Amino acid sequence: MSTTGALPLEPAPGLGGEQAETLTRQDRAALRPPWRQPLALVGGGIILFWAVVAIFAPLLAPHPPNLEFGPILAPPSAAYPLGTDELGRDVLSRVIFGARLSLPLAALLVVAAMSIGSLLGAVAGYFGGLVDAIFMRLADLVLAFPGIILALAVAAALGANLVNAVIAVIVVDWPQYARLARSMVLGARSSEYVTSARLLGSSGWRTMWVELRPNIAGPILVLGALDMGNAVILLSGLSFLGLGAQPPTAEWGAMVSEGVANFFNYWIGLFPGLAILTVVLAFNFVGDALRDILDPRTARMLGK
Amino acid sequence: MSASGDVVDRAGTGPTAGTAGPAAPAQGPVLEVEGLTISLRTARGLRRAVDGISFSIDRAEILGIAGESGSGKTLTALSVLGLLPGGARTGGSVRFQGRELLTLNRRQLREVRGKQVALVSQDPSTALHPLLRVEVQMTEHVRAHLGFTHDQARARAVEMLEAVRIPDPEAALAAHPHQFSGGMRQRIAIAMALACEPALILADEPTTALDVTVQAGILRLLDRLRRERGVSVMIITHDLGVLSSVADRICVLYGGRMAEYGRTGDVLGAPRHPYTQGLMRSLPGASEEGAPMVPIQGSPPSLDDMPAGCAFHPRCEHARERCRTVVPSLRTLPGGRGLACDVDPFGQADEGVAGMERP
Amino acid sequence: MSPAGLGRFLARRLGIGAVLVVGITLVAFVLTHIVPADPATANLGQRALGDPAIVKAFNHEYGLDKPVVDQYFIYLWKLLHGNFGISEQSHRPVATDLGQYVPATIELALFAIVISVVVGVGLGVLAAVRRGRPVDSVLRVVSLLGVSMPTFWVALFAFYLFFYKLGWLPSGGRLSPGLQPPKEITGLYTVDALLHGQWSLFVNALQHLILPGIVLGIFTVGTVLRFTRASVLEVINNDYVRAARAKGLPEWTVITRHVMRPALLSIATVAGIAFGGLLSGTVLVEKIYSWPGIGQYAYNSAVNLDLPAIMGVSMVVAVIYILINLAVDVLYSVLDPRIELR
Repeated sequence: MSTTGALPLEPAPGLGGEQAETLTRQDRAALRPPWRQPLALVGGGIILFWAVVAIFAPLLAPHPPNLEFGPILAPPSAAYPLGTDELGRDVLSRVIFGARLSLPLAALLVVAAMSIGSLLGAVAGYFGGLVDAIFMRLADLVLAFPGIILALAVAAALGANLVNAVIAVIVVDWPQYARLARSMVLGARSSEYVTSARLLGSSGWRTMWVELRPNIAGPILVLGALDMGNAVILLSGLSFLGLGAQPPTAEWGAMVSEGVANFFNYWIGLFPGLAILTVVLAFNFVGDALRDILDPRTARMLGK
Repeated sequence: MSASGDVVDRAGTGPTAGTAGPAAPAQGPVLEVEGLTISLRTARGLRRAVDGISFSIDRAEILGIAGESGSGKTLTALSVLGLLPGGARTGGSVRFQGRELLTLNRRQLREVRGKQVALVSQDPSTALHPLLRVEVQMTEHVRAHLGFTHDQARARAVEMLEAVRIPDPEAALAAHPHQFSGGMRQRIAIAMALACEPALILADEPTTALDVTVQAGILRLLDRLRRERGVSVMIITHDLGVLSSVADRICVLYGGRMAEYGRTGDVLGAPRHPYTQGLMRSLPGASEEGAPMVPIQGSPPSLDDMPAGCAFHPRCEHARERCRTVVPSLRTLPGGRGLACDVDPFGQADEGVAGMERP
Repeated sequence: MSPAGLGRFLARRLGIGAVLVVGITLVAFVLTHIVPADPATANLGQRALGDPAIVKAFNHEYGLDKPVVDQYFIYLWKLLHGNFGISEQSHRPVATDLGQYVPATIELALFAIVISVVVGVGLGVLAAVRRGRPVDSVLRVVSLLGVSMPTFWVALFAFYLFFYKLGWLPSGGRLSPGLQPPKEITGLYTVDALLHGQWSLFVNALQHLILPGIVLGIFTVGTVLRFTRASVLEVINNDYVRAARAKGLPEWTVITRHVMRPALLSIATVAGIAFGGLLSGTVLVEKIYSWPGIGQYAYNSAVNLDLPAIMGVSMVVAVIYILINLAVDVLYSVLDPRIELR
């Protein structure tokens, strides 16, 4: 029995195969489907909660997000459960309305980065040669920058607003999908079903769409789930730096930034930050559980 | 399952009465295993992986334990060292020089491991640490167990490398394992096992990962070591051919139970259990000239799917109705031999005596 | 590994790195010269824009009156001579600014990486050894929590708690006001202060380092933890670990000598990755703690659309990043005698 590639999910190697049947408690917990894992359930619940908050924000929020009529810098109280900011706006209402920005934008940019990245990666892996070289060197180039610095530069060059911040994050984010898609296509390209499809006269693009897409979709989607948290953090980080959402937009990162200016009034920054934390944590709980159900080799590619 | 497990008798009398090794002194056996049971925690609860195994090893004796994967042979060896996987439960008794091992605490076990009982693993390319120099690996346990100084331990390492015929031991100590061939690595692993002068070496498939020509060399080495140093050896293997040349006695396991045991010549010369017969026939170039090589059909049972009755019956061409329900008990035959087969299809051909013992 | 082999490897990897750097200059060029509709608008102040002579001089200075390809080579030529352009904010050469700010960030990032590797590796080994037990589950949540916390928010609340509420630590900067920095040797105040034997200055610099350093470290503890756990688990089931146990070695020796050595290989990799993450984190942390490093410089440049400065920072950071990855690869070969560098 070989001992190469012994990953945590595999049974202990090197015992002559006699241990193959034994699983530790944790193995079994990890092999449970995500909907039976407590962390994934908690994560799913939190995501659902925020989705509901985002959809019904106008009904749930006690005040409009930009109404400047409350007392200024009031600490949390019965009238203003999370206090008010320096312009007398209700922090709770702004946090609630913030969900309408962060969640859809994060989803949008993950879907965009995922589509662009996996398309480029799949094309590179399938056709190889010059196309491969160009696309993958481009990916290397982006990966040579620490994420937020490149995003900062792109957002600054394009101009500081939320749309450009989203574009900047997509620019930073696509290469990881390209790498994953490329390696999976390379693995699948030589397999029998692809060869036979080619022999039957299917064109390259058609083969890719019909035969390869279903086979690489799973890991790509898991990477997307893991990436949602990143996207929320990066985007709110840019807004925090003033390169994303502009005042008076109720955006969580921008609100934490207002909290820095008023750091002695802890509630201004605390609650939007908690909102970011819970959303990101929820996506990471779910993504982490999803990663465990992938086979170990693929999971390692997503290992981060 | 658990109820039928109790049917197997402890068979304490048979194997311990076996032949003594060539130079055996008067004192008792080095290792005595009696009614050993091992249960593993699996996805579907506790499963009995080893069920009532008994044998003994005398001083300077080589005992062969044969069986396919899943037969419990490796687990048996690991239980001696207390290295069973987490959650495993043991029953019966394992006595080393009269001392019970199954109930030792961690510190006591550590005193036994490496110092009195050493392990040689299947694949030397994975059992030697790839990043540590041979010297570190050959001396660390000597210093820990025997309190040797650096120089003493080093001298001992050189001595042992010479004993296993490694050319230029000084250079070997400075090298990393990947710089040696597979056969050389296994020699180093054996030298490592010998370093504290243990009374017993457990060799788990010591030749499986090696070329056939290298295999013979390693087996000769083990044979020489037991003659020169009086060390006892337990060789675990799925390959009866390995045992034929060096083992004094053989114990054949199937599905965690003993199928047959006895002197090597007896068991391999005239196998009585259908499983041993099958193993013999599946050997390439087996002892009987002209006999075709016939693999045993089917595959060994898994822990979750152990057949009722005789574990071998689904693959046995001699199986009868009784075999499906009743676990065959281990019977003692003349000549210190044991057999767990109620049909005994090969019995009458050689020995009339055996037939009379049948129930 | 022979010295010649190492030399070949370094040459090859540096070559690849150089190609990447050229690519980075291309990105920088596109962002500074092509994307903004009018670089003069982006780079010159309002007053200067009113003066056609200044605009013309600016366009000539950057070769903007020439074809795009020529412009790129002019840009490249200037970079080769260490000319990153003039910062719009400081009115000094960007290279001078960087020389001043880079050591501050290195000091901060080194402090943070040490913290996150020590804590992350320790907890990761603990999780692996106690695999499947409650400790492991708790640490799993801890590591996910670590990667889920927005750095800027943690920075804000560490600031609120330890400076504003408790008053244990200074609010920001590298030294208390009025203190002279030690004479420069490495540019790292703590190290320089020690080298000069200025004990109280060292303590002061360390006090200023603790808060931003720990906040920055938290950012990567989670990553290091889960990576360490996975590497240790990969090793701990190996035959050679069982062989070490079978030799009767104490468990501590088995873990530190036989398990940690190979696991260190992957941990070195993750430390490299983590360092890249830290460089990202510096932008946010330095802003909150007024740490005069390249993160804050990048931020100030970005919000003021000081494009030469942004591009200078990006390039320096990318080069640092590439060099660190190279260092990790070399370290890898030192730790593992089997690896032949390619």
